[in-house]
Amino acid sequence: MAIFLTKDSKVIVQGMTGSEGQKHTRRMLASGTNIVGGVNPRKAGTTVDFDGTEVPVFGSVKDAMEKTGADVTVIFVPEKFTKDAVVEAIEAEIELAVVITEGVAVHDTAQFWALAQAKGNKTRIIGPNCPGLISPGQSNAGIIPADITKSGRIGLVSKSGTLTYQMMYELRDLGFSSCVGIGGDPIIGTTHIDALKAFEADPDTDLIVMIGEIGGDAEEKAAEFIAKHVTKPVVGYVAGFTAPEGKTMGHAGAIVSGSSGTAQAKKEALEAAGVKVGKTPSETARLARAALTA
Amino acid sequence: MEKGRTRVDLFEYQARDLFAKHGVPVLAGEVIDTPDAARAATERLGGKSVVKAQVKVGGRGKAGGVKLAATPDEAVARATDILGMDIKGHTVHKVMIAETAPEIAEEYYVSYLLDRTNRTFLAMASVAGGMDIEQVAAETPEKLAKVPVDANEGVTIEKAREIVAQAKFPAEVAEQVAEVMVTLWKTFVAEDALLVEVNPLAKVADGRVIALDGKVSLDANAEFRQPEHEALEDKAAANPLEAAAKAKGLNYVKLDGQVGIIGNGAGLVMSTLDVVAYAGENHGGVKPANFLDIGGGASAEVMANGLEIILGDPDVKSVFVNVFGGITACDAVANGIVQALELLKSKGEEVTKPLVVRLDGNNAELGRKILNDADHPLVQQVDTMDGAAERAAELAAK
Repeated sequence: MAIFLTKDSKVIVQGMTGSEGQKHTRRMLASGTNIVGGVNPRKAGTTVDFDGTEVPVFGSVKDAMEKTGADVTVIFVPEKFTKDAVVEAIEAEIELAVVITEGVAVHDTAQFWALAQAKGNKTRIIGPNCPGLISPGQSNAGIIPADITKSGRIGLVSKSGTLTYQMMYELRDLGFSSCVGIGGDPIIGTTHIDALKAFEADPDTDLIVMIGEIGGDAEEKAAEFIAKHVTKPVVGYVAGFTAPEGKTMGHAGAIVSGSSGTAQAKKEALEAAGVKVGKTPSETARLARAALTA
Repeated sequence: MEKGRTRVDLFEYQARDLFAKHGVPVLAGEVIDTPDAARAATERLGGKSVVKAQVKVGGRGKAGGVKLAATPDEAVARATDILGMDIKGHTVHKVMIAETAPEIAEEYYVSYLLDRTNRTFLAMASVAGGMDIEQVAAETPEKLAKVPVDANEGVTIEKAREIVAQAKFPAEVAEQVAEVMVTLWKTFVAEDALLVEVNPLAKVADGRVIALDGKVSLDANAEFRQPEHEALEDKAAANPLEAAAKAKGLNYVKLDGQVGIIGNGAGLVMSTLDVVAYAGENHGGVKPANFLDIGGGASAEVMANGLEIILGDPDVKSVFVNVFGGITACDAVANGIVQALELLKSKGEEVTKPLVVRLDGNNAELGRKILNDADHPLVQQVDTMDGAAERAAELAAK
């Protein structure tokens, strides 16, 4: 098992014919992902060759799903067209839409998120502005490098891409069930809580590592959830202890405003819920190692 | 679009202009930056005006930044007083010459904003306006109505009436305020705003409801469809290093320490700042000098641009390059560093500050070898993030 993405996942790529889409489709195929198609209305009916693998292009998400049984879409389309692409995925009721594109306008995200809810959340959205997710040895949907680590029993959920890679690397000998990069935008689809809930239910996950960063109150909400509903050990890390108030640190959501959103407040909330929180990525990895082998 | 610039806070006069554009009732006003211009502006308003300091900080009235002028000459005198004034660390470079408000009978508060926790938009409204709304929220939360707004349904006149009813506005202004809520929503959506706030929304003696002051924050990620927004950014206020970085498309924030930081990925760079600050505790309290995320690519050119900005910061005593090779291979990053140093040298900007480099992840060993072979006298390598931070802090403290 794993969460959200398994060896049985059938993946399509919206924006597969663009340069980013092509590059990452090739990488996903190389890491064993079952890519069953791409979507581009102007190139429907053609195929794209990826080192000998011919991947068909469909005119719409709906068409691709009907012809291939696809249940996951990875979205690489430019920010101008991202909302329309996600709306199309939601209308087609695909199970999982992974939105890699960064720089999506907040009003666009708010609109597709509201639509997903109005449709009864039939489509799980991950992102936008995220690296996607990988279940090592099974499938890889997004841009996470597949060769950092192997399959194992740690579940990882993170707002940050490179910190995800760093943590996978630090614990590469132990391996991961799934690593989910949820993104750091002000509005995101899948939250820490959604991933925690899924890891708690996943029989192949023994330990959960959760990486947060300054801004918003998602980590505090996750702490409340952990206290009530998570029985597996959780190790946490929060980036941005020394970030000054009022300065946006790279991610649109990473800003400390007034007393809210500080790393210290998040750390305290997590610790109060019994989560061991590392001061640095390497200390966090040590805590995870100790918790898993205890 | 550049990464990292995510929120553009506007001056009052810019907010006023956007409100006017979308039909929110406002008073006449124009912005000036020399005292003499206050005369003609006041004459255009019929001979009297309010001179209002344009600063992005609250409490300007108490600080003496808002003055009435009964004549054009008086407006010049007040503008002379206010221009150049320091209000809570903000220098006043511009004043708005505004129409004087009729006598104010009541002051209200209305806004729309992003509610991150609930992943939706929120309308807020209160009859207790004119004061700090956070104080109202803390002390008399029952006086602040908060109504979620569905991003796809928006605010119709019916929805606006619901908001007004929840905030218990008096019957005689309810319909006018509801109309303001509709036009303010138009402003919020049409301008891709993250916040539109009117405080105070005033009921004046003749019964009209007018937006007397306001705040707007725009989403910089929407600039692809908001070409006019770039002109609204306050380029004069940016730190010169931040302005130079922005011109090169770099995601850079100036901080007040001594260790220059370059890394790939926002989260990793934020984490690097923390690790350096912890290490600095053992080295005379040195701190990170900046945030700089060179992103996934990390080409030689981007690396050179980044190094140039950081080495141009006189506060920087040492530099920490912290890269985790994910998609980017570390050998490419190492080549980037070597080429960047050569590029800077060829521009006559020889590096004189020590560089501590930590490469990990994809092709790390190859990357380390490239740097070892290049054998640059100022470049040292440390294999771990913590160790490298320690070394960079130590060098900065020397």
